[in-house]
Amino acid sequence: MQAATGEATAEGAETPVLRHTALFVAVLIIATCGLIYELLAGTLASYLLGDTITQFSTVIGVYLFSMGVGSWLSRFVERHVPRRFVQVELAVALVGGALAPILFLTFTFTDAFRLILYGSVFVIGALVGLEIPLLLRILKDTVRFKDLVGQVLAVDYLGALAASLLFPLLLVPHLGLVRTSLFFGILNAVVGLWITWVLAPVLKQVTGLRLQALGIIGVLGFGMIFADRLTDLSEEAIYPDPVVYTKASPYQRIVVTRSARSLNLFINGNLQFSSMDEHRYHEALVHPVAMRAEKLSQVLVLGGGDGLAVRELLRYPEVERVVLVDLDPAMTELATQMKPLADLNRASLSDPRVEVRNEDAFAYLRDATETFDLVIVDFPDPNNFSLGKLYTTRFYRLLKARLAPHGVGVVQSTSPLLARKSFWCVNATLQAVGLWTEPYHALVPSFGEWGYVLIAHAHPPLHREMPDGLRFLTPELLPTLTVFPADMGPVPVEVNRLDNQILVHYYEDEWGRWN
Amino acid sequence: MSGFRPDRRELLTLFLGSAVAASACRRTSSRPRLETRIVDAAVDVGHRLREAARPAPGTPREQVGVCVVGAGVAGLSAVWRLAGAGVHDVAVLELDAREGGTSQSGQSPNGAHPWGAHYLPAPLEHRGPVVRLLEELGAVTGADGAGRPRFSEQMVLRAPDERLFYRGHWYEGLFLHAGASAGDEAQFARFLADIRTLARARDARGRRAFAVPVEESSDDAEWTGWDRQSMADWMDARGYTSPRLRWWVEYGCRDDFGCTLETTSAWVALWYFASRQDGEGERHQGYLTWPEGNGRLVAQLARALRPGQLRRKVLVHSVREVEGGCEIDAWDAAASRPIGLFARHVIYAGPRFTAPHVLEAWRKARPSFIDAFTQAPWVVANLSVRWPPAGRGFPLAWDNVLYDSKSLGYVVAGHQLERQWDGGPQVLTWYYPFTGADPKAERTRMLSATAEDWETLVMEDLLRPHPELPQLAQRLEVMRWGHAMVRPVPGFVWGPSRAQAVRPLGRVHFAHADLGGINVFEEAQYHGVRAAEAILREQGSQAVSWL
Repeated sequence: MQAATGEATAEGAETPVLRHTALFVAVLIIATCGLIYELLAGTLASYLLGDTITQFSTVIGVYLFSMGVGSWLSRFVERHVPRRFVQVELAVALVGGALAPILFLTFTFTDAFRLILYGSVFVIGALVGLEIPLLLRILKDTVRFKDLVGQVLAVDYLGALAASLLFPLLLVPHLGLVRTSLFFGILNAVVGLWITWVLAPVLKQVTGLRLQALGIIGVLGFGMIFADRLTDLSEEAIYPDPVVYTKASPYQRIVVTRSARSLNLFINGNLQFSSMDEHRYHEALVHPVAMRAEKLSQVLVLGGGDGLAVRELLRYPEVERVVLVDLDPAMTELATQMKPLADLNRASLSDPRVEVRNEDAFAYLRDATETFDLVIVDFPDPNNFSLGKLYTTRFYRLLKARLAPHGVGVVQSTSPLLARKSFWCVNATLQAVGLWTEPYHALVPSFGEWGYVLIAHAHPPLHREMPDGLRFLTPELLPTLTVFPADMGPVPVEVNRLDNQILVHYYEDEWGRWN
Repeated sequence: MSGFRPDRRELLTLFLGSAVAASACRRTSSRPRLETRIVDAAVDVGHRLREAARPAPGTPREQVGVCVVGAGVAGLSAVWRLAGAGVHDVAVLELDAREGGTSQSGQSPNGAHPWGAHYLPAPLEHRGPVVRLLEELGAVTGADGAGRPRFSEQMVLRAPDERLFYRGHWYEGLFLHAGASAGDEAQFARFLADIRTLARARDARGRRAFAVPVEESSDDAEWTGWDRQSMADWMDARGYTSPRLRWWVEYGCRDDFGCTLETTSAWVALWYFASRQDGEGERHQGYLTWPEGNGRLVAQLARALRPGQLRRKVLVHSVREVEGGCEIDAWDAAASRPIGLFARHVIYAGPRFTAPHVLEAWRKARPSFIDAFTQAPWVVANLSVRWPPAGRGFPLAWDNVLYDSKSLGYVVAGHQLERQWDGGPQVLTWYYPFTGADPKAERTRMLSATAEDWETLVMEDLLRPHPELPQLAQRLEVMRWGHAMVRPVPGFVWGPSRAQAVRPLGRVHFAHADLGGINVFEEAQYHGVRAAEAILREQGSQAVSWL
C-alpha cells in the first residue's frame, strides 16, 4: 500500500491525491453491508414464505443478476463519477436499511410481498453492482490497474466473508432482523458520509451530499428507535418464530409471529391461537353448542377478538346478528386489517351481520337488556385476578340473565389435563349459578387437551346438523368429546367467587407445575 | 409552636419512621412536585364555637319535633329510624358541607373514593339495623340454612384483598409469612386458635363474649377484665413475643382505633378479631365495600331525609332545655346568619368532646366523664393516578400495606368496580393514623404539616414499593381529621365514664360511635337508632325496636 501511495504521489501531478487506503476500508464495509442485505432478504423470505431452498436460490439469483445489471449500467455514468459513487452508497444505505422493516410491514398489511421483496433485492443488487466499476474508475489514475483490481476485489470478498460470519452468529441472535437491517443501513450511510471527506478533492459540492447522508442516517435512526418501541430484544428471543407484528395497547401486549407453516397470535406472551390447529379449537368451541341451539338468530361472543369463532358462526345461514364484545380495539382492528389474519378468519369481523363492540364485557353484561340464542365466552385463561373476575359466579349470573329461555352457551375453560382443578372449577362455578352444564374436551396440539363447558338453562336437545366443510369435527367424533379419560375426570373443587378468586390460585398452581 | 420546621429527613422520620426516611434520602433523583390540596375546612368553622353570633332575644324560633345535631352515621341513622316510624318533623344540623362524618366520600375525575371509613365487616347474623340497612341497599340476597345472611357478590370485598410490602417485595395477606420462623408461625397459629375460642365464647345468658355492637357483648368479668390492661400486656402475659405477630395485631389496632398495642385495651383489640367471626374454623365472612367506601351506606341512610330537613354548614353553639323542649342556637355559615330552633327533643349526634361547649347545662358544670373520651387525629389522602401501580411480587390488591411504615398504606378505591379490566385512572386512598399517646400533641403535629409536607410524606411512603409513581401520579388531596376516632384506651370501654355518657340529659339524647367506645359504623348506627327509639318511646310510640 505504501508503495502504491508513493507511486500515486509521484504520478499525481494532474489528478488530486486520494487516500485510497481509506477507500478500501470503505469498500470492505460496503461489501459487508451488501451481503447482509442479501442474507436478510433470503432469511425473511424463507421465514415468511417457507421453502428455504427456493427463497435463498431466487434471492441470490436475483441479487447476482441485478449486480450484473448494475455493472453494465455503470457505463452510462459519464460525468461526476465520484459524486455518483457517493449517491449510490447513500441509496444502498436507504433501501438496504429499510429492507427488513418494509418487508415485515408489506407482509402484514398487503398482498405485494413478493413484488416488494424481489424489487428491493433487484434495486440493492443493481446499486451494489454499480459500486465497484465506479470505484475502479475513481482510483484508476491513483493506483496501478493490476494492483487496483486485485485489491478492490480482495476487500470486496473479505467483506462478504465478514458478513456471512457475522449474520448467523452475532446479528440475528442479538439484534434481530429489523435492527440488523437498520443498523447496516446506518453504517452504510455513515461510510457514505465519510467518503465525502475522502473524496473531497474530486467532489465539487459536498454540502448537499452530506445533508443527504445525514437525512438518511436520521430516517434510519428514527426507524431504530421505532423498532425498539415496537419490540424489545428480549421479546423477540421468547418467540420461536419471527415476530411480524407487535402492539402494546393499554390493555394488553399483542404479538403476531409467523413462520413458514403457521401464523401465531400471543397476548401478554400467551399463545391465543396457531393457524396450524386453531380450526380444531374453534370448531370444537362453536359447533357442539350451535347444534344444540333452538334458534341461532342472535348470538353474543365475549372475547374472541381474533374473529375466528365468528368465522365458524357465520357458517350458519340462520345467524342474523353477532354481537362481539372485546375490550381491546387493537385486537379487533388487527383481526380486521392484518391481511394474513383477515384471511384466516375470512374477514368475519367485516361481515355486515357482525357488530363489534369494544367494551368491558363485565360492564356490558351488567348493562345489557337483550337476550341471546347463543352465547360464546372465549376469554384468555384466568392467569391473573382481572381475568379471574370473568370466571366468577357473579359474572356467570349476569351471563345467565342474558341467555334466552331456550338459549345455550359455551365457555372456554382451559385444559382439563394440564389444569384439571381449574377446568372443573369453571364447571362447578357455572353449576353454582343454576346452569345446566356439559363439560367436554378436544385435542388442540399447540395448547394441549383443551376443555369447554356447554351451558343452558336445562338439557338442550340436538336441533341441527353439523355444517359442511369442517376439518376436525365429524358426527362420529362429537359424542366422544364428552368422554373424559380417568386422568382428566372431575375432582372436588371450590366455586370461584369474586371474593375468593380461587380459580386464579388453582390455575397458578397447576400451570406453574407444567411451565 | 415555635418556628421549628423539620427538614425533609426529620419530617419523614417523625411521620413515617426511619426506614422510609432512610430509603427516601438514598434516592438522589428529584421529581416534580405533585399538585396537592388540603381539602378540610371544618377545623376553622368548628373552632369558632364560642364566637358565633346568637339569634337576637325574642326572635321567633322555628318549631320542630326532633332536632338532630350532626349528620354523621349516628345522626343519619336516627333520622332513618324516625322516618321508619313515620316521624318526619325533623331538622338535621350539620357543621360540614357534606353529610356522613368520617364515612363521607368524594368524587374525582378518576372515580369515587372514600374520605374515611371504607368497609363494613359482613354481619354474622340476619338481624339488627345493619342487616336492615343492607337489605334496603340490595346487599342481602337471602340467608343460608343456619340463618346467616348472604350478600350480593359484587358488594363483598373481592379477592385479592390484602398484600404486604416487605424488603422490596409484595406478599399476599397481611401477616408476614415470608421469612417467618417456626416460632412466628406457631405463635400466629396459637393466636388464631385463641381468637376462634373467643369468637365461640358465650356467657351464662348466652351472650357472645365479643359482639357487635359492644352493647350486646357479655359483661362477664372473665372477658371484660381484659379491658383494664393493654393489648401489649395481654400478649406479654401469654408469651406472644413474635415481632411479626405483634406487628399484625398492632396493625389492626392502628387501622381500627388509631392506637398502638400499648394504648389499646386488650378487650377491644380482641373484640376487633373475635367479634367479626363465628368461630367455626377458618370460614371467612368477608367485608362489604364500595368504591366510595362507607359513603354508600351514608347515601342509603340519607334517603330517609326529606327535602329541607338537612342543613349543612350550620354550627350549633348552644342547646338549652326550656319548658316543653329545647332551644337551639346555631350559626348558618352558608347564609352568614344566626338561626334559632325550638325542638321538643334533641339528638346530640356530634362527638362527645364537643358537647360541653354546646349543651348549656354542661357549659355550667362540665361532667367529669367527658375527659375520658379522647380522639386520635387522622389524615386521609386521595392520590389520583393515571394507572394503578404494580410493584414486584403479589399483584395489586384492595388494601396495600407497607410493613415498616407508620402509615397504613393505601386502598385502591376502584377495586370493587364491576369491570373486567383493572387498568386506567384510579384513586389510591392513603391512611395515616396519629397513634401517639398524647392526642393533643398529635393534633398539633398534624396541623404543623403543610400541603407540601403531605406531598412529601405520601409520595416518599409510596415510592419505595412504586418507583414509577411520579409518572403515574396526577394530584393529591388531603383531608385532616382532628378528632377522627375515639381511642379505646385501657379501662375506657368497660369503665364508668362511657356508661354515664350514654344516659340522656333531660330531653337531649346522645348518639355517636364514641358511645360504643369504638369508632365503627355498627356502633354509630346502633346508638343513632337507640336514641331515636328512646324518643319514639317518649312520644308514646309502640314501634318495635330495630335493634
